Amino acid sequence: MIKVISARIKQGYRTAPFPNREMKMPERYLGLPLLEGGKCVPGCRKCVAACPASCINKMEKGVSIDLGICIFCGNCAKECPAGAITFSKNYSMATRKRDDLIIDGGTFKPAEALDKKMKSLFGRSLKLRVVSAGGCNACESDTNVLNTLAWDLGRFGIQFVASPRHADGLLVIGTVTPNMRLALKKTYDAVAQPKIVIAVGACAISGGIYKGVPDENNGAEPIVPVDLHIPGCPPHPAAILDGLLRLLGRIR
Amino acid sequence: MAPTPYMNIFNGKTVQLEKVPLLDFEEFRETLLMLIEKGGRISSLFGMPSKNSVIRIFAIIAKDRQGILYLFSTEVGESYPSLTPACEQAQWFEREIAEQWGVKPEGHPWLKPIRFHHSYDRSRDAWGRKPDVEILPCVTDFYQVSGKEVHEVAVGPVHAGIIEPGHFRFQCHGETVFNLEISLGYQHRGIEKKLVGGPAPRTIHLMETAAGDTSIGHSIAYCEAIESLAKCRVSLRAQTIRGILLELERIANHTGDIGAIASDVGYLPTSSYCGRIRGDFLNITGLICGNRFGRNTVRPGGVSFDIDPEMKKEILKRLDSAFNDTVNAANLLWDNASILSRFEECGTLGTELCRKLGIVGPAARACGVEQDVRFDLPSGIYRFAHIPVSTYHTGDVFSRAFVRILEIRNSVKFIREQLENIPDGKLLEECGKPQADSITVSLAEGWRGEICHTAVTDSEGNFARYKIVDPSFHNWFGLANVLKNETIYNFPLCNKSFNLSYCGHDL
Repeated sequence: MIKVISARIKQGYRTAPFPNREMKMPERYLGLPLLEGGKCVPGCRKCVAACPASCINKMEKGVSIDLGICIFCGNCAKECPAGAITFSKNYSMATRKRDDLIIDGGTFKPAEALDKKMKSLFGRSLKLRVVSAGGCNACESDTNVLNTLAWDLGRFGIQFVASPRHADGLLVIGTVTPNMRLALKKTYDAVAQPKIVIAVGACAISGGIYKGVPDENNGAEPIVPVDLHIPGCPPHPAAILDGLLRLLGRIR
Repeated sequence: MAPTPYMNIFNGKTVQLEKVPLLDFEEFRETLLMLIEKGGRISSLFGMPSKNSVIRIFAIIAKDRQGILYLFSTEVGESYPSLTPACEQAQWFEREIAEQWGVKPEGHPWLKPIRFHHSYDRSRDAWGRKPDVEILPCVTDFYQVSGKEVHEVAVGPVHAGIIEPGHFRFQCHGETVFNLEISLGYQHRGIEKKLVGGPAPRTIHLMETAAGDTSIGHSIAYCEAIESLAKCRVSLRAQTIRGILLELERIANHTGDIGAIASDVGYLPTSSYCGRIRGDFLNITGLICGNRFGRNTVRPGGVSFDIDPEMKKEILKRLDSAFNDTVNAANLLWDNASILSRFEECGTLGTELCRKLGIVGPAARACGVEQDVRFDLPSGIYRFAHIPVSTYHTGDVFSRAFVRILEIRNSVKFIREQLENIPDGKLLEECGKPQADSITVSLAEGWRGEICHTAVTDSEGNFARYKIVDPSFHNWFGLANVLKNETIYNFPLCNKSFNLSYCGHDL
């Protein structure tokens, strides 16, 4: 017992001060891209060619990036001769609407909170059932990590539960493979109304790097309606938690 | 001396496809059985279409002690006599070949799909299913025990925790498990099919997400394959950084596993600490790569991120602190008699069965089997800097947990040494196109065990076939076996002690 207590003292209190203080992201972290269409060289398509996920669209002036497909590899920024694409360290990238993930240099609108009625239901207690459907275990791991003492998700009243019957909504991870379509649909149907669906990671939002792969589905949206999109490959735990808290109106 | 019916190669060696021995099936079978009998183990066994709609089957047998891989092949039509009755470890591979190419291994004792998808060549199907019929996952006959008081427990695909999907079918008598059958395929994304015709811009990203918790392991195996095919020499500096990242990946996952094993016996101190410390290790990878899983870093020709002296200091500082915390948290387990009584003699895999089933990685080393790609068949930095093989002999949950902490120690030591001596060199060399009509086998020791990538190129230098064998492919059947006569409440504990990948298996 004395060893357990001494270990407890040694290990200390390590829960991150988030969200009261901003998380300090690593120097090389790639967050929300900043687009400066004005710098873009006419006729140059280097970023489009460099993008393995085909998420960049060349526009008349500048480019647009679909963060719902983007895997944040940074190839576009490296290839751009004019410095029109740079990656910030901003991890607040979750949105309510799928279209808001398509950025073109205008103001990015992070996720708004649930409406009043839904917030009164879920604002202080949100139980989520996770469905991994073709995820690679990276998004799974970084969702799971929110349960650890480093993030202590429970203090926000958010909890991952073992049954859809206990849940207020689903958190979907992965491309939704053909073999998981039915299981996802059934799990969704088993959750009582009203319910919400959160798509975590590029795969769940659009299929990501697997979008259009022959045997592949293109994320959760074709099967279930999605209320919150959290982009990334995988999203940093701070990005996931930020999205969840914005949905509940805890961060504005 | 008569020429041998097989070819000796080493890890990462490219050979001309025409030089790979093409044996008639009887000779192929005899060669394979002889090599297994002499202590070899199947690293990979896969099919690819050859001329006139026959399927060419390649066998890659690892002889760990000698550091050699044996490569040979045969051609089969619609069926062939199954190897499994004489060689148990071929069973899962034969089921995969049957599912992918519609070739039936006659006499296979348990011939069922493993991923539940249509054959790559829709005109043939090992189970005679029509090409337009929808294939439903795990809708199949399961091994069943009947009798008074025997009952069946079905779990999955959607599990209670934040885990990937899979289906587990237990045949129980009271709390004793007679048999566990594991049926996967829910995570099948069609990666191998997509890789044909590459390398393409997406290829490296598919590798990084083949098993996303092993991004570094799989991307190293891929890059070493393509560098060998393209005759690209990678600087020692890049090789060193790859080694550091691979060991960081191992340490992070092993730490997480020790925590998860503790949590499955309800021991919260170790579970809570290790959950957090795992993140500390991932954050070191995040410091180097910007991404906690090491994405966008290992690239054909080298690595995209450098470690400068400033960063080196920071890594060493964080590594020491997280390592001390890990040892402190893990020691709580070894000091606690009630924990040890749950770990010891639980989910025991015997050494002989381990070898027979071709188990790899920490699960094999926990059965006292000295086998580690980094030591036996080294590539990259491991040819110059050796890591001792960590083994323990009891084969139970304790052993699998204990081997992990031994490996963490060795990996931390390795990283410290490498950081002090990062050689000079260019980070990223230009990597050209793979040479045509060739085959290369590339192995890496991921944290779960041996990752085997085999690339076969066509006359243009594109992939005609790219075969990935994740360590989980070997080990799932090992998990099913340790549950025999084990109690069902010990399943989560046994499962965590293996911690296998669903997506790495399903691809």
